[in-house]
Amino acid sequence: MENILSVLVFFPLIAALLGILVNEKSIRAYGISVATIEFVLSLWLWMSYDSANGGFQFIEFFPIASDFGINYYLGIDGISLFIVIMATMITLIGIVSLSITKNLKNLIISLLFLEVTMVGVFVSLDAIVFYLFWEFSLVPMLYIIGAWGGEKRVYAAVKFFLYTFTGSLVMLVGMLYVAYIYHSVSGVWSFALTDWYALVLPLSVQKWLFWAFFLGFAIKVPMFPFHTWLPYAHGQAPTVGSVILAAVLLKMGSYGFVRFSLPMFPDASVAYIVPVATIAIIMIIYTAMVAYAQSDMKQVIAYSSISHMGVIILGTFAMNAEGITGSIFQMLSHGIVSGALFLLVGVIYDRTHTKEMSQFGGLAAVMPKYALIYGIMLMASVGLPLTIGFIGEYLSLAGFFKISPIMTLLAGTSIILGAVYMLSLYKKTFFGPVTNEKNKTLTDLNSKELMGLVPLVAIVIWLGVYPKPVLVPIDNSVKALVSFMHEKAQTPEARAIIKVSKSTKEAK
Amino acid sequence: MLEPISVSLAQLNLVTLSPMLVAIAGALMILLIDLIKKDLDKTLYVMLSILILFVDFGATLSLNINERGFFDLMLIDGVSILGQLIIVIASILFIPLALTSNRFHEFSYPEFFALFLFMVSGFQFMVASDNLILIFVGLETASLALYTLIAMHNTQESIEASIKYFTMGAMAAGFFVMGAAAIYAVSGSIELYDVAKVFQARLMEPGITIPIIGGAVLMLVAIGFKVSLIPFHTWTPDVYEGSSAPMAGYMSIVPKISMMVVAMRLLGFYIDLGIDSIRIMIIILAVVTMTLANMMAIVQEDVKRMLAYSSISHAGFVLAALALDTTKAYSSIFLYYGLFLFTNLGAFTMLWISRAKNPTHHDRYHHPYSKFSGLVQISPIGAVIMAVFMLSLTGVPPFSLFWGKLFIISSVVDAGYIWLAIIMALNSAIAAFYYLKLIVYMFLYAPPADAKRIGYNRSRPLMLIVGIAAFVTTMSAFIMQPLMSYISYMVSVSGY
Repeated sequence: MENILSVLVFFPLIAALLGILVNEKSIRAYGISVATIEFVLSLWLWMSYDSANGGFQFIEFFPIASDFGINYYLGIDGISLFIVIMATMITLIGIVSLSITKNLKNLIISLLFLEVTMVGVFVSLDAIVFYLFWEFSLVPMLYIIGAWGGEKRVYAAVKFFLYTFTGSLVMLVGMLYVAYIYHSVSGVWSFALTDWYALVLPLSVQKWLFWAFFLGFAIKVPMFPFHTWLPYAHGQAPTVGSVILAAVLLKMGSYGFVRFSLPMFPDASVAYIVPVATIAIIMIIYTAMVAYAQSDMKQVIAYSSISHMGVIILGTFAMNAEGITGSIFQMLSHGIVSGALFLLVGVIYDRTHTKEMSQFGGLAAVMPKYALIYGIMLMASVGLPLTIGFIGEYLSLAGFFKISPIMTLLAGTSIILGAVYMLSLYKKTFFGPVTNEKNKTLTDLNSKELMGLVPLVAIVIWLGVYPKPVLVPIDNSVKALVSFMHEKAQTPEARAIIKVSKSTKEAK
Repeated sequence: MLEPISVSLAQLNLVTLSPMLVAIAGALMILLIDLIKKDLDKTLYVMLSILILFVDFGATLSLNINERGFFDLMLIDGVSILGQLIIVIASILFIPLALTSNRFHEFSYPEFFALFLFMVSGFQFMVASDNLILIFVGLETASLALYTLIAMHNTQESIEASIKYFTMGAMAAGFFVMGAAAIYAVSGSIELYDVAKVFQARLMEPGITIPIIGGAVLMLVAIGFKVSLIPFHTWTPDVYEGSSAPMAGYMSIVPKISMMVVAMRLLGFYIDLGIDSIRIMIIILAVVTMTLANMMAIVQEDVKRMLAYSSISHAGFVLAALALDTTKAYSSIFLYYGLFLFTNLGAFTMLWISRAKNPTHHDRYHHPYSKFSGLVQISPIGAVIMAVFMLSLTGVPPFSLFWGKLFIISSVVDAGYIWLAIIMALNSAIAAFYYLKLIVYMFLYAPPADAKRIGYNRSRPLMLIVGIAAFVTTMSAFIMQPLMSYISYMVSVSGY
C-alpha cells in the first residue's frame, strides 16, 4: 500500500464518525476492533518499512493551498515509525482495559479522534498539517479529562488546554516566520519540512526561532517551569486519559525538538545546550524530589514522568547519534512503562477508589500477580538493565557525556533518585502487613486487565534484552539526521559537537 | 442663459449601480405588495428577499472590475466587489432566520424586509465609492435602517439598544463629517483619489501635518465607532444584548466589513503616503482593542454579550492587518470576515434557536452560560455544532477561523511586526478561555435537574442555516486555495 499513512490517519477518523451510529451496547467491541485494525495497519507499516533507508518513506503529497505552500504532505522515517506504532498500541490497550461505563460511546469516539491526531502529528511533514493535528489533539483530551476525570477535572482540563494552546500559538508565529524567510529566499511559499531543512539561517535568526519553537515544545513535554499543568491533568484524568497523555501526547513535544528544532536550527541548538540541559537537569532532580514527597500514587508516577522526560531532552540535546537515538528509544520506553504504570494505578483505583499510598500496604500478599507486574514496570522505570528503560537512559546519558561529564553525572542521579521514590512507593504499597482491613478482600488482576498488561510486560523484557530490531531503524535515521546537521552547521562549535561518532556500534 | 447639461447614458455607466438598484427596487416591490394585499405571510417576504438578494448577488458578480460610473461617484474595483459579495451573502444567510417556530413581532411586518433591503443597498453604496459624501450617504442609509430594525424587535431592551446605537451612531456620523471637512479643507476635494494626489503634493509644506493627521484622526474615530474599537466600543455589548440574535450576528459582520473597506480606502492612502503616525495609531488601537475586549469578554455571564466582546476583539485583530498596507494583509481581511461570517452566523443562529420568549434561566439575560450546561446530554448534535463554532472562534485548526488567523498573523509577520504577531497569538490564547467556558458548560457540567430541550425556536430553515454554517466552518480547508487566490486577485487588481 503506497498510501498507508493516509489510511492510518483517516481510518480512525472514519471509524469515529461511523461510531456515532453504533449502538451503545456494542461500542466497546467496536472500539476494540477499530483499534486492533489500526494497530495491525501500523505493524504492516513496520513490515513494509525499509530499515536500511534513513530518509523519509511512504511520502504522500496532495495540495491544499499550494499557492501559500500548505500541502497535505506525509512521510515517515525511523524516528517517527515506532512512535506511531506505540501510539496505536497504547490506544488499543487503553480501550481494552477501559473500566469506565458512563457515556462509554462518547469516550470511545473521543479516543478515536485522539488517535487520528496522534498518528497525524508524527507522520506529517508539512508544518501547517503538523500544527493542525497538534492543536486538534487538545480538543478530545480536554473532553476526556473534563468529562471522566476526578473532582477538579474541569479546572485541570482547561488548564491543560490553555497552557498548551498558548505555547503552540507562539510556535505558530515562529513557523510563519520561517515560511516568510523561505519565501524571501526562494520566492515561493512552503511549509514543507524538507524544504525548511534546506534553509540555512543566520545564527541571530536561529536563536529567536529556536525559542519560539522551544516554548511550544517545552510546554508540551512539559519542561520545568512549564510543567505545572501536568500533575493536575494526570491527577484528574481518568486512567485511559493519563495513559495516553503520558505515553503519547508528551512525546509530541520531545519529537518536535528532534523533528523541528535540531535540523532547522543546529547552531542555535548547540549554542543553547547549556541552558536547555540545565533546565533538563532541574527537571530530573527537582521533580524526582517532588515525586518522593507525594502521598498519592498517581502523582508519584506523574512527577516521575516529568523527571524521565528530562532525560529524553538531555539525550536530544547531546546532538550526537547516541544521544538522539537514546532519547528516541527512551520516548518509546517511557511511553510503554509510564502507560503501564498508570494502568496499574487505575487497577487499584477501580477496586479501592483511592490512590493514597497510606491506604495500602501488604498488597503483595493479596494481589501477587499485580505486585509482580507492578514490580517489573517499576524496575523498568528506574532503568534496571535487561529492561526497556535501561537502554534509552544509558544511550542518552552516554551521548551527553561527550558534552559535559559533570552534567551527565548530575543527570545520572535520576537513576538513584528514581530508585528511591519508586522503591519507597513499592515498599509502602506492597510490602509489610496488610494494614487496611478492606484491602484483605481485594481480587487480583482479572483477565481483561491482564490482556492489557501482559503484552506491555512482554515488550518491556523483549526490547530490554534484544532492542536491535527497533534500534537499527532509529539509528539509521538519526545518523542521517546528524550528518545532515553536521553539514548544515555554520559555527565551528556546532560542527565540532554535532557528529556521528564511531562508537555507536559498540554502544549497541 | 444656462448651458444645457448633456450626459450620455454610456457615460453614466448605470450598470455600476445595478446591484444597489436591484435591492432598492426589491424593497419597493415588497412595499407595493403590502399595499395591494395585507395579511400575507412572512414566509413570502423572506423568500422574496432571498430572491432579490440572489439577483443582487448575480448583478454584483457580473460587474466589470475597475470601472467608474455615475459622474465618477461609483468606484467598482475588486475591493468593492468583494465587500459587496460578503454583504450580500451575509444578508442572504441571515434573512431566513426570520422563519422561527415562535412568532416574533418584527417579522410580521413587511416593512422589516423592505428596510432590510434598503439597508443592504446602503452598505453596498458604502463600499462601492471613494467619494466621501456618497460613502456618508450609504453609511447613514444603512445605519438608520439598522436602528429601526433593532427597535422593531419591540422589547424594552431592544428599544434601549436602538436608542443607544442611534446616539452613538449619530456621534460617529458627526466625526465622519468633520473628518471629511478637514480633508476637504486641505485638499479641496472629497474624491479620495484626488485627495491622495493633493496630499502627496502638499506633504512637504510646513505646518500641513496637523490638518492632514487631524482629518485622519477624526475619520479614525468615526471608523472606530462603527467597527467598535476600544475606546469607542461602549455601545456594542448593550446593543447586541438588546437586539435579536440574527440582528446581533448581522451587526458583527456586515457593518464592520463595510466600514473596514472604507477604512482601507481612507487610511490606506495615508499609510501609502508614509505618514507613520497613522500606522502607529492603528496598531495601538488594534492592540488595545483586542487585549481589553478579551479581558472584558472573560467576565461576561451572558453568551451573547461574550460574543459581542469577542466580535470587538476580532475587529481589533483584523485592524492590525489594516496597518500593514500589503496585498496579503488586505486580502486576509476579506478572508477573515468571509470566514467569520459563517462561524458567527452559526453561533448566533444557535443562540436564536435556543431563544425563548422570556428569559428562562436568568432574570435578565436570555442566554446565560448556565442555560447551556449539560447540553451534550440533552441535544448532542446541537452541542457538538456549537462547540465547532466556539473552536473555530478560538482558532483551533482545521476550523475556518484558524485559516483566517493564519493568514492575518502571517501577513503581520511578513511585514516585520513580529512583536505584534506574538501579541496577537497570546490574545488568541486569552480568548480561548472564554470560548472554552461555553464548551465546558455544554460538555463537562451536568444538565440542570429539570432539563428540557432548549431549542424553543427550532425550525427547519434555522437548522438548515446552522448546517450550512457548520459545513463551511468544518470544511473550509478545502476551499482555501481557490478562495484566497480569488481574493488576492481582486485585491491586487484594485491596486492595494
